[in-house]
This record gives sequence, structure tokens and C-alpha cells, in this order.
Amino acid sequence: MSIEVRDVTKRFGDFSALDSVSVEVPGGSLVALLGPSGSGKSTLLRVIAGLERPDAGAVLLDGADVTGVPVERRAIGFVFQHYAAFKHMTVRRNVAFGLEIRRRPRREVRRRVDELLELVQLTGLAERYPAQLSGGQRQRMALARALAVQPRVLLLDEPFGALDARVRSELRAWLRRLHDEMHVTSVFVTHDQEEAMELADRIVVMNHGRVEQVGDPRELYERPANDFVMRFVGPVTHLGNTVLRPHDLDLGLEPDDADGAEAMIERLVHLGFEVRAELVLADGQRVLAQLSRDEAEQLDLERGQIVYVRAARARALAG
Amino acid sequence: MLSKLTLRTVALGYLAMVLVLPVGAIVWRTFSNGLAPVWQAVTTPDALHAFWLTILITAIVVPLNTVFGVACGVVLARQHFPGKRLLDSVINLPFAVSPVVVGLALVLVYGQTGRLGSWLAERGVQIIFALPGMVLATLFISLPYVVREVTPVLREVGVEQEEAARTLGATRLSAFLRVTLPAIRWGVTYGVVLTTARALGEFGAVAIVSGRLAGQTETLTLFVENHFESFDQAGAYGAALALAALALLTLLTMTGLRRREGH
Repeated sequence: MSIEVRDVTKRFGDFSALDSVSVEVPGGSLVALLGPSGSGKSTLLRVIAGLERPDAGAVLLDGADVTGVPVERRAIGFVFQHYAAFKHMTVRRNVAFGLEIRRRPRREVRRRVDELLELVQLTGLAERYPAQLSGGQRQRMALARALAVQPRVLLLDEPFGALDARVRSELRAWLRRLHDEMHVTSVFVTHDQEEAMELADRIVVMNHGRVEQVGDPRELYERPANDFVMRFVGPVTHLGNTVLRPHDLDLGLEPDDADGAEAMIERLVHLGFEVRAELVLADGQRVLAQLSRDEAEQLDLERGQIVYVRAARARALAG
Repeated sequence: MLSKLTLRTVALGYLAMVLVLPVGAIVWRTFSNGLAPVWQAVTTPDALHAFWLTILITAIVVPLNTVFGVACGVVLARQHFPGKRLLDSVINLPFAVSPVVVGLALVLVYGQTGRLGSWLAERGVQIIFALPGMVLATLFISLPYVVREVTPVLREVGVEQEEAARTLGATRLSAFLRVTLPAIRWGVTYGVVLTTARALGEFGAVAIVSGRLAGQTETLTLFVENHFESFDQAGAYGAALALAALALLTLLTMTGLRRREGH
């Protein structure tokens, strides 16, 4: 099931949440909407779901215009950041909700809920209430609930945002596997570039209610369309007027060419495989360089040392 | 320890002075001449009529104000529009305005001299000195309780659960009934109890719009006052006790419901 968003505009009072946004999501793909808070990514997801009505533009599911179709008839699954668990219902009744609304036979509901609980590894917790679950368990329950009605598309609004780092990375890997097994078209919202890169086939980078760039993770990192994307999808540093990635800097001990800038190592940070060198140029500009441990050992770097730094390759901005 | 004990003594003493003593006095006074005269006084046709009229008015008012209160709570908790603050304050009006004033206002609008009142009277509809006027007065007086109990709870519950229900295929109404209503049920229950208590006990506004015709437009509170004024102590205290029993029954029902849910 493909999704197409055409020229969607949405305003909240004076605030322009979406400004003529167009996005295409191919059927079966896993797409991330990535951007800072207030970039319109959540609003876009809610417009696709039908939870917000756009002021202008259209939403198409598999080519059919659903802009005027209410959320309950769009056959979508939605996962909320704060789980939106039905607090007065057990886990089983939460997951069964969509099926009960559809008046499926009781035996079928029971069988389907059991299947889903097994899928999300909550089998033993069916009779618990949401308050008795951990955050990760609640979000898995919410996912099972959304999948129960076999949605045509799965929409996830910062699904791991409220979880701690360890649970978050577990759930990420788990969601990726789930997607690879089920191939349901999925769109998730995140402000975490690492999460987007790790999970998504394609990433839509948003800022100020507009789409800045669409591409696969590598494309965005290697050929960012503009300064904003460059800064948002990875770390950057400045050398003179050039913006570049910290690992695209070469350090040398001798002033070999004309373009090597003299710098002093102000601080060295050892992060296992990676070493970060914080440098100060003669004119006071600060530069961050990222080296592998081997490179750092070869150069025998230490604090206070004078080195020569130059851009290994300046990354041309695409577009 | 001393201060704890002192505090407890003060709290209990205060309760005894303000609550237990007067209520106890009523019970004591009612049965001071035995059960028979009381039973006789509260089973006269007028007393029975007052009893049923009070229950009838409450039975009409409470469901209406509950539905209105929940709807109004939803508007206040979820919508933003110019004049929302005004609506919010207007709902508090019955708290601020004396019931007597409410009664007079109703007479002004619906009485024979009022334009609306005379228009209705020409069509054979009597509001003042009849049941509709008494219901209107009680509606007005007990209007804010459900709204005030439900609005903060609705704010706290938010719309996310309801949105989740809708993405799962529930219509707007079905999502509200299945998800939000259960989530705010205790707010609604408190509101209903307070509304019921207020409706049972209403005196001032009803006194003015009813015309106080014994056996016709006399509620329990009016009956109590009427018989107290005419030195029928058995009747006055008996009916007062019946009134208190009704209120107590409402409270006990709620406590029972809560206990069954394990709160």
C-alpha cells in the first residue's frame, strides 16, 4: 500500500505547520520523517492518519484520494509516543479493541489476540492492566493493538521517544525485523538521526514545515542537499569557511602542503574505536577532528601538540 | 505526638460541633415522642406527595445536568474559542447568585407578566407555580456540579486514548463512550452525587417559583419549612429526617460502587 501526500498545507492559527508538503512512500517500505521539534513531521503523520484535516492538498492511499475519509475508515494503524493505552482495560482487551469494534466472532478475536501477544512477547501478561507494564511492554502492546486490525499502513509517532536508551535500541531492532517479516508500509516520526538511519529505507528530512530532502540514509549523509540537512544528519565542523564532517579532516605532523592549517590539540577524547581531537587554529577558530584509534596512535597525538589540519575531501552539497 | 493529637481533637471537635450535633439533634428531636406520631406525620397525603415530587424533580434534573455537564466539560477541556472564559464564569453563576434571585428571575421571564410567560400561557403551558418552573429552578441551581467535577478530569485524560480508539475503527461517539467515559467515570459519579444532593435540598428558588401549594407544588424542603412555621414539630422533623436519609442513601450508593471497584 503506497502513500502519497500532495501539496499539503496545515496552519494552526498563525503557525504554519506544513507548507505545501509533497511526499511519496512506496508500498512495503519503511520511511522515517526526520526533523527537529516544530518541523511539522508529527503533523504530517497525523494528516496521513486522518487525525488532522489539511487546509489544502490531498492524501492518497494506493492512489485513492482519502483526504475526506475520517480516520476510522482509513484502515491505518497508529502508534503514539506515550502509548495511548486504554488504562481501564486489560492488555488482552486493549489488543482486542479494533476487532471488537469490527464485531468479529469471539473465538476469532481470542485466537488473533493470542497470536499478536506472542508476536510482541507479552503472552503471560494478557490479564494485566497497562499501569502494571513497563514502558517498553506498553509500547509493544500498543503495537500489537495497531496490528490487530491488519492495517494497510502503520504510522508511528516517535514510538521510542519515551523509552530509555537500552529499551529503545532493542525495540528498534525488533521493529526492523517485524517490518522485514510483514512488509506493511510503515512511516515513523523521529528527531533522532541515528534512529532514522538505522531503521529506515528512506528518510524525509523536514524543517519549518517543508521537506528539505528525501533520500536513503547514505545519500543524505554523503550528498546533503543543503546546510540544514548536512548539519542535521551528522556531526559537522568548520575549517575556514568550509563545513565538513569531523572524520573528513586529515591531521599531519609536518606542514607538507600550502593548505595545511596550523593547529594546537586542546583536548583528546578516547571513545573506544574513535578518537576525537579538539583543535584550535592560530586565529582562534575551533575545529573538531575525528580519527580512528589506529590513526591517532600512528601520529602519537597528545595534548598541547602542534598539528597541521586540512580537508581530506570537501563534501560538495548536492542540488 | 502532642501536636498530632491536638490536631485530631480539633478536627473531630469541629466536626462534632458543626455536623454531628445538629444532625443528632434532629434525630433526637424527631423521635422524642416515639415513632407513632412521626410515622403519622410523614405518611399524610401531603407529605407523601412532597416526597414523590422531590424525587420526580431530582430524577428529571440529574440526568439532564449530567448530559449537559459532560458535554460542556468536553467543550471547556478541549476547545479553544473566543468567549471561553466567559462561558467558564457563567457556569459558576449558580454558585454566586442567591437561589432567591434565581427564582425571581424565572418568575420575571416565565411568569404571566413576562412576554415569554404570557405567550406560553396563551398556549396553555404553565411554567411558574407548576412543575416545569420548579424543574427549571432546580436545573439552574444544580447546573455547575457535573461540569466542575468532569472538566479537570477530562483535561487530565486528554484526547490521545480517544484518538487511538478512532484509529482502531471507532466512530467519534463510540470512541467517547468506550474509552473516555470509563476514564472519567469517577468525576461523573462525584458530579452526579453533588447534583443529586443539591437538587434534593433546593429551597430558595423553588420556594419562589412553586407557589408552595401543599399537595401540589410542595417539595420536601418546602414541606419541612411549612410545618415548622405552623408548629407541627413531628411533621417538620420527620420530613427533615426523610430528606437527610435520601441524601445519605445517595452517598452510600456511591461509596458502595467505589468499594466494588476496589478503590
